[in-house]
This record gives sequence, structure tokens and C-alpha cells, in this order.
Amino acid sequence: MEHNNIINHPQFVKEGKQVSFKPETLKKVQDLMKRYPEGRQKSALLPVLHIAQEELGGYLSVDVMDYVASLLGLQPIEVYEVATFYSMFYLDKMGKYVIEVCQTGPCALSGGEQILAHLQEMLEIMPGETTSDGIFTLKTVECLGSCGTAPVLQVNTDFHEKLTPGKVDKLLEDLREYAKHDKSDDSTWVEKFC
Amino acid sequence: MMVKIQIDGTYYDVKPGKNLLETCLALGIDVPHFCYHGAMGSVGACRLCAVKKFRDPCDQKGRIIMSCMEPVNEGLIVSVNDPDAKMFRAAILESLMINHPHDCPVCDEGGECHLQDMLVMTGHNYRRFDFKKRTHFNQYLGPFISHEMNRCIQCYRCVRFYDDYTGGKDLAVFGSHDHLYFGRGEDGILESEFSGNLVEVCPTGVFTDKTLKEHYTRKWDLSNTPSVCVHCSIGCNTIAGERYGKLRRIMSRYNGAVNGYFLCDRGRFGYQFVNVENRIGEAQIRTSKNSNPVEATPDMIASACAEALSGSKKIAGIGSPRASLEANFALQKLVGKENFFAGVSRTEHTLAKTAIDILQHEAIHSPSLKEIEKADAILILGEDLTNTAPMAALAVRQAARNKGIEVAGNSGIPPWNDYAVRLKAQDVKSPIIMANPFSAKLDEIAEKTYRAAYSDIARVGFAVAALINDGAPGVKGLSKEQLSMAQHIANALKEAKNPMVITGTHGGSEDMVHAAANIAMALFLHGKEGALSIVFPECNSMGLGMMDGKPFEDLAGLPADSTCDTLVILENDLYRRADQSLIDDLLERCKNVIVLDHLITGTTLKSDILLPVGTFAESEGTLVNNEGRAQRFYRVFPAEGTVIESWRQLKELMIFSGNHESASWENFDHVAQAMSDSIPAFAKIKGHMPGADFRILNEKIKRQTMRFSGRTAMNAQFSVSEPKSPVDPDSPLAFSMEGANETPPSSLVTNYWTPGWNSNNAMNFYLDEPNGSMKGGDPGFRLLETAATKHILFFAPVTGAFTPEAGEWEIVPAYQIFGSEELSSQGPAVAERIPEPFIIMNRRDAEEAGVKEHEMIDLTLTRSSLQVKLKIDDNIPAGVAGLSTGLPGMPFLKLPESGRVKNSKK
Ligand code: SF4
Ligand code: SF4
Ligand code: FES
Ligand code: FES
Repeated sequence: MEHNNIINHPQFVKEGKQVSFKPETLKKVQDLMKRYPEGRQKSALLPVLHIAQEELGGYLSVDVMDYVASLLGLQPIEVYEVATFYSMFYLDKMGKYVIEVCQTGPCALSGGEQILAHLQEMLEIMPGETTSDGIFTLKTVECLGSCGTAPVLQVNTDFHEKLTPGKVDKLLEDLREYAKHDKSDDSTWVEKFC
Repeated sequence: MMVKIQIDGTYYDVKPGKNLLETCLALGIDVPHFCYHGAMGSVGACRLCAVKKFRDPCDQKGRIIMSCMEPVNEGLIVSVNDPDAKMFRAAILESLMINHPHDCPVCDEGGECHLQDMLVMTGHNYRRFDFKKRTHFNQYLGPFISHEMNRCIQCYRCVRFYDDYTGGKDLAVFGSHDHLYFGRGEDGILESEFSGNLVEVCPTGVFTDKTLKEHYTRKWDLSNTPSVCVHCSIGCNTIAGERYGKLRRIMSRYNGAVNGYFLCDRGRFGYQFVNVENRIGEAQIRTSKNSNPVEATPDMIASACAEALSGSKKIAGIGSPRASLEANFALQKLVGKENFFAGVSRTEHTLAKTAIDILQHEAIHSPSLKEIEKADAILILGEDLTNTAPMAALAVRQAARNKGIEVAGNSGIPPWNDYAVRLKAQDVKSPIIMANPFSAKLDEIAEKTYRAAYSDIARVGFAVAALINDGAPGVKGLSKEQLSMAQHIANALKEAKNPMVITGTHGGSEDMVHAAANIAMALFLHGKEGALSIVFPECNSMGLGMMDGKPFEDLAGLPADSTCDTLVILENDLYRRADQSLIDDLLERCKNVIVLDHLITGTTLKSDILLPVGTFAESEGTLVNNEGRAQRFYRVFPAEGTVIESWRQLKELMIFSGNHESASWENFDHVAQAMSDSIPAFAKIKGHMPGADFRILNEKIKRQTMRFSGRTAMNAQFSVSEPKSPVDPDSPLAFSMEGANETPPSSLVTNYWTPGWNSNNAMNFYLDEPNGSMKGGDPGFRLLETAATKHILFFAPVTGAFTPEAGEWEIVPAYQIFGSEELSSQGPAVAERIPEPFIIMNRRDAEEAGVKEHEMIDLTLTRSSLQVKLKIDDNIPAGVAGLSTGLPGMPFLKLPESGRVKNSKK
């Protein structure tokens, strides 16, 4: 990507779409907010963003972020700050499986760059892009906190460690298979948090 | 007590409690850094200030530490020049440069760039990175600031200043790692009143001065002159830069007692009025009272002036709170003391007199902004400081942090460790109490806000004083709410070590100033300092108030035949100060109206003789700020055409009038001296400011840098031979790149530069320590210390409680930072920020009156009516409405007064 910051990117626009949680999710979100002391609802921002991303279209559009801001009584800009900081929040439509390859020192020294190159070759996409069948998005991220098992990548909420090109091939094969059966072994964020 | 430390083998005795970086800077040792800032402390983010620390004298290896995060303690041994430390710093710089565009030639920061300084200092001079750089889109940030994000080196100074220091809400950092983005959530005007400081705070060219871009000049090509901001009563110190006879920009000039490192946006960008079309270039005369003045030859002007001023003519003069002391004094000399009128309304005049009397009282201390920053409890009575004295509001914001700093200090966190202090302090704040009729920006840091009409604010104020000291007269009939508010305030002030009261004259309420004085007196009796700060409307309101003069309405009120034959008006648009009919009548009645001014105003259009005079940029003079500090500004460039300084013009007029006393005023010092001799309040001025004959080793102080370019060719289109540089007989400054190489006295600094530092970070080397005082003392000096009366003086409340009347509103003034000040409003950048005239009411009142938010409504006052837009503020009390005041095109209004509203459409 030439311009790799989404803020003030021409695509980063308010579309003014009405978005809102399903009533039962909203209830859960409100319970979640109550876990924090009065006046500190901001603290619920991360879990609420996860839930929003999951339930409201798979990524955080400006409209979704503004909605979250209104729920937590924040300025939209405060939500943008957080949402753009963490790589697990997506600001654009993603493929079914988001492959996040760690780029930080320990992984880079243990072959992370080759893993990334291999993925680019196999998927025929560059970081930031999605395969035409909509199954894979490739991303580079900072330290995933598992340097001991470098090189590491993450697919949605799952870790894959001590990678080799062979392991990557196997992984892609499995994921394509899962995709056919529309299978995902992840638990949802709502389940995780609420 | 000092501690001994060792830096690169040399021992130094230094102040404990500081960090190593600021200690080195105070010692004049170059330590590269980005994220540390004198006013904002350390966060250890950029890693550039690395030095090596040794455990003890036997430690040969040492370890790298961040000097900005290292407290100086006895026995500290460090090395700045250690090869490992140097290599570390060079590596940091190189990594920061990976994504930097290296576009210095087209960057406005070039030549005064902190990043350039650091590159040279760390020795990074070869680019090894051979790949694509990350790029960003830029944002539109309003008329003041340009944005070029690619240049960012992620030091976080901008958000730390904008959000943490000034309380801004609309600038943030997005993203992480190598794709950080510092900007707004979307394109739009930066909302903070202090956004212009980003230009100086950002060490690179991300945030630059958009008004400078329109007539861009490199720092080294500017002719720089120390000046004083003329856009409010705070008197911030500025450096004004000129080239080709145009004022190019305003930068902040450090004054530890006043503005420190910063300026507000009105002060920084308000300068454009100097260059506008609306300037009066040539002297003009009008032939009849029904025409406008037209340009005339010098001979015609001379004979008209001689005619108007000579012989037995009765002459009166109206001075101005936006003109210098010396100009006002020269006018007073021309017309005689008894015929000298202060150019302000009667209310303003009375208030200024009252305020000055109070500030001169022995028990009262008029604090500097620096002292306000140190307060640990502040009561603000009826002033919306953000709009009336912006830098005072910024000082109050810092004061609010003091309790938190103390809390952190109790856990051993030094005040400079900014992030740790903020984490520890969380929401702990010193009590700031905002009593104002309508909501104001400072409310967000206030511990308590009190919304009421001015009379009720004053009444609560009187009650506070009575609760602190029972000698102060109390108030009867306060409500329970008011009583508990007064009690709360009294307790907060009594408990504080350094309590302070801030009020002002903008609300037009004498009672309020009296109430504030009572509280300060009561605090004095309670063993405190009795600190009271009063803000005034204009840059020299205080100075004018210290001169003998009656309000000019007295002149207008005289019987028609005894007014005067000739009226001389100095730098003043009377239509801003009284009803049009009154001014029309006055100007009609005087046979000869001589006006001295620099911009066309309603008053200049009615002048019989119009004499163009210099703005602050084309003259010199002394202003007295609200603290009572006399400060001098100097001519930035020689004026064009027949424009001369007001005092010089008045000197000429004196000669025309047959008074040859002024003939000996050859330069500015002579008039300043004459003033010092004849007005006791200003006696101190002579001798306190370096005169025109001040020299360093026989040389004047140069306005231009040694790299000033094009001197021999810059006027080649007029003449190929290099002209002689203009002389400046009135100051110790020279319009030249030649002059003393030594550092001048603090009030005469034209430019911050020291070897290795072309950026304004060189400022720190002019200070006794970062964020301290200028070496040799901060510029200006206080006039107030002299007068001393011994008795304690309590004022009695005059007005009763406010009672709303059905269908009527008390209209109170809501001053605007952009728009309410006459001069800055004339510049295009500030003009873009001026709001439409508006009125603020609470929702219930609006409903009752049948008007809706954002709708235009008709406002009818006693003597005028106008159309304004409705804004809702649920906090404004019933029966009170705030009206934007002094905006261009709005008539003079004597506020507060009662008014009626109705929907314009109905
Ligand atoms: S924009 Fe300037 S001040 Fe802000 S982080 Fe970047 S370089 Fe530092
Ligand atoms: S606070 Fe007042 S004096 Fe200071 S820069 Fe702003 S307008 Fe000028
Ligand atoms: S560097 Fe890859 S997981 Fe830490
Ligand atoms: S100045 Fe010390 S880390 Fe930035």
C-alpha cells in the first residue's frame, strides 16, 4: 500500500449509515460497561470494539466506530485512536481468514520474512490485500507476544507457531478446506467477553 | 543546596531535583533530544537523549540511559561524548530518518529545524535506506496551520502539547509502529486557541505557519525585532520577522514571567492587519463635513495642521488603550492635562481606575502568569479567560495540575516526569472554580462551576470574603445554594498554600472587581499572599488607566459651544466605544478633527485631517500589561510613505501648535524620559530599559542574522547600487546583519541562535535553565510595587440579587478570541475564524421566547436592535443571555443591559 494509514485516507469516510447492535448484544454490551466504575466506561472500549467488529460487518467502518463512541460517551476521535492502534481491528473489509504475519525483530530473525514472502507467493497477494475468492487477507503485524516460538502468525484468533514454508502450505490447505464447509473453530468475542 | 555531578570528567555543582538533560542544557552542554520540552517535561519517548552513566569511578563500562529520565543526584557520573552513546544516538536518528522525506528545500521548517540540528549534531549525514518510504495524506487544519505528515519523526510533542498541555480534544495520534499519524479525526479547523504553538513545538515541518507560507521567508532572511503582542492585556512577548517591508510572521519570545515558550493564536496570527489593504498610507484632508478625507500634499497637511492647532484654539485630545504610553503622553502634552481624555467608555474608565487602585494596594499582589501557573487554588470571577486573556487561561490549566503533581511528588515522582505524574495524578486537580454567567472552555478543568448573573457572582464573591475574614462586609439574602457555594469557595481558598483570585473588567461590573478585591484582602489577612489578577480589555488599558485622563464621554457631554475647536484622536475608533449618535455629534461639533491611525475606521472616515501612523511594527513604545509590567516593543521595519510613529507625529503637531517643548525630542528616549519625569507612575521607566545609545562593545544589536541573504541585490529593481541600511535612531537595534555578536540583554533578543541550534530550541540556552527565567532577568519590569497604602480596604456590595423579569433578558457580553479584538480581526486568517454574531440562552428561556437553536433572532436593546443566531447553553441562568461582543459589523453596545428577543421570521 502506498498510503498505509487509513485515517484521512480517501476511503476512510463517514457514510452516515445507521448501525446498531442486536438488542440482545446491546444488553450484553451494557452489562459489560457496568463492570467498570462510574465515569470510566471508556475502559470497555476494547471488548466493545471486538464485539462491534464481529457483529457489524467484520470490520470497523467509521460509522461503526462513531456508534461505539456514542455508546460509551466518547469523542469519535478517541475510538479512532484505539481502533487504528491495534492490528486486530480491521478498518476495511477482510477475507474470511485474516493471516497476520509477525514482523517484529525475533520473528524477523527466525525467518518471518521468508514466511511472508512464501505467503505472498502462494496467495498471489501483497500485505493488505485480499484474495479474489475472498478467503484470505494477508497482513503484517507487530509482535504477537509469542517470540519464544518464532516465527509466528495468527489466523483470526488462532496462533500458528515455529513456522516453516511447509507448515504454511499445510495451513493454507486446511483453511481452504474449512472454508468449503464454512467451518470456523473460533469462539465468538461475545462469548469470550460476556 | 547543590549536588556535585561529573559530566565527561568535569565536575559541576547543580540543582538537585532536575533531570540530567535539563541540567546539561542549563550548563550549556549540547545533548540531542526531541521529545523533552522545557514546559512539558520528559517522557523518554524518542530515545535520542541517550548518554552513558557510570556506577562509580571504577566503572569502565557504564550503561546507556536516557538523560531526560535521569534525576541528578549527588555523585552522578555520566558521559555525553562516550562513543557508545554517540553511536546509539546516531542510530536512533538514522532510524527516524528512514521514513522522513528529506525534503528540506521545500520545507518551511528548513533552516530552523530541530531535526536538521539533530542530524548535524549526531553526525548522520548519509542515507543508507534505499527503499520506498511510507507516505501519508495530509489534512486541512484551518487558516493557521499547514500539515505535512510525511515529515513526522513520531516524537509525540504535538499531542502532548495540544492535548495534555492545552486540553485540546481534536488532535490525536492514530496507528502504530511506522505508520503513526498525527492529525484530526477528519479534515477541519484545529479547535484549540493555542494551535499555533505546534509550529514551534513540532521539531520538524509537519505543522507549519500557514500565514507565513503566503509570503514565505527563511528564518535567516528575516529581519527580527523583539516586540510585544498588542491583542490583549497579557502582553506576551513576541519576535516579529520582516522582509521586503512586510511583516512576515510572529514567533514567541521567551519571557519566564509572562508567556514562557508560547503564544495564543490571536497573538501569533493577528499580525496580518499590519499588511492589509485597509492601511492608511498617506495623509488626507477633507474639505467639508459631508465628504470623506482624500490624499493631500505635505504642504497642505502642514498648513491645515498649523491652522487647526495655532493660536487661541481650544484643543482636546482623546488617547487610546491600544497606543503606547509615549504616544498617549505626547498627546497629553499637546493638548494639556486638563484636555486629555482617555479613549475608553466611562464604564471601562471607572473600572480600570478601580482595578488599578486595588492592584496598587499594599495587601494585594498582582501575579505574573508564571505565578498563576504555581497557584494551588484559583477562583475565577466572571471572566471567560480563554476568550479575553487566552494565555492566562493556559496558565490556569497548568495550575489545575499542581495538586496532582504534589500527589505524584509524595510518591517520589519528580514533576518533570510527565507521564508518570499524569498516571499517578489521574483526575486529581487543584480546585479551580469558574464563576461565569455562561459556559466557558475552562469549565472542563474546574472543580466547580457557578452560573449566575454578574450581580449574583459578585454577591457570592462578597460572601466568600466575609467567610474568610469577618471584617469583610457580608451579603444578605443569599440562597442556600449560593451560601454553600460561597462556603465551598472560601474553604478551598483558605486551605490552599497559594490561592489566587482572577477577575476582569470585561463584564463591566464594578461590584465584581470589588468582590474579588475583598477576597484577596481577606486572604491577605488570613496569612496568604493576597494574589489578585485582573484582566483588562486591551494591550495598554492598564497603562492608559495609570495616566490622568477623564473618560471621553465627559467631552461629548460638554455644552456644544464649549467642547473644543480642534479634537485630536490618537489610534482610536470611537465608534467602538460609545453610541454612534454620541460620536457623530461630537465629531460634528469639533471644527477640526485630527485623527492619527493606521487602519481605516469609522472615526478616520470622519476626520478633517487624517495622519497615518505606524502600527506596533513601525514604531516603538511601552505597554503596561495587566500585571503592571512595563514592556517595550521596537520598530520592526521603517514605515513607508508619510507614515511615522504616533509620538513623532504628535511631536510635529506640538510644534505647529506653538509648543516648542517637543523640539528637543530627537529620539524615542527623549519622549520616554520626558514622560518618566512628568508622570510619577512611570518614573521607573527611564533607566530601566536600555536606551538608544546602548551598545555592546560599541556595537548595536543586529536585527538580521549573519546569513541574511540578498542584501546587495534586494532592491536592485529600484537601484543597482546597494542602498545604505536604514538607521534606527530610536533603539539600540540596527537594521543590519552587522552588530554585536554577544548575547544582548533579555529584552533585546532578536533571534535565538547558538552554535549547533538553528531551531528555536536554541531558546533554552538563553535561559538560566529550561522553563526558567531569561539570563539576566525576564524582560520588562513591574510598575506596581511602588504605591503602598497601609490600611485594609473592604468594599461594600452595591447591587442586589438578580431577579429575572418576564420577557426581558440581561444581556451580558460574550467576548470572542477571534473577532472581539479590533486589530487582529482585520487580518484574513483571523477573519476566517470569526463567528457570526450569536446570542446564548438556556433552552427553557428560548422556548418561552419562541425561538429555536441556530435560528436567527431579533434582539432589541434600549438603543439598538440586531439580528443574531441563537445558541443554546443549558447552564446559563434564566433571564440572562450572552451576546457575542465587538465582532466586526456589530454596533457598540453598552453591556450588560436588558433586552428582548423574538424570532426573526415572525
Ligand atoms: S508531528 Fe511533529 S511533534 Fe508530532 S510527533 Fe511528528 S514530529 Fe513530533
Ligand atoms: S494572550 Fe493576549 S497578549 Fe498573549 S499572545 Fe494572546 S492575544 Fe497576545
Ligand atoms: S516478534 Fe514475533 S511474536 Fe514477538
Ligand atoms: S528527549 Fe529523552 S527520550 Fe526524548
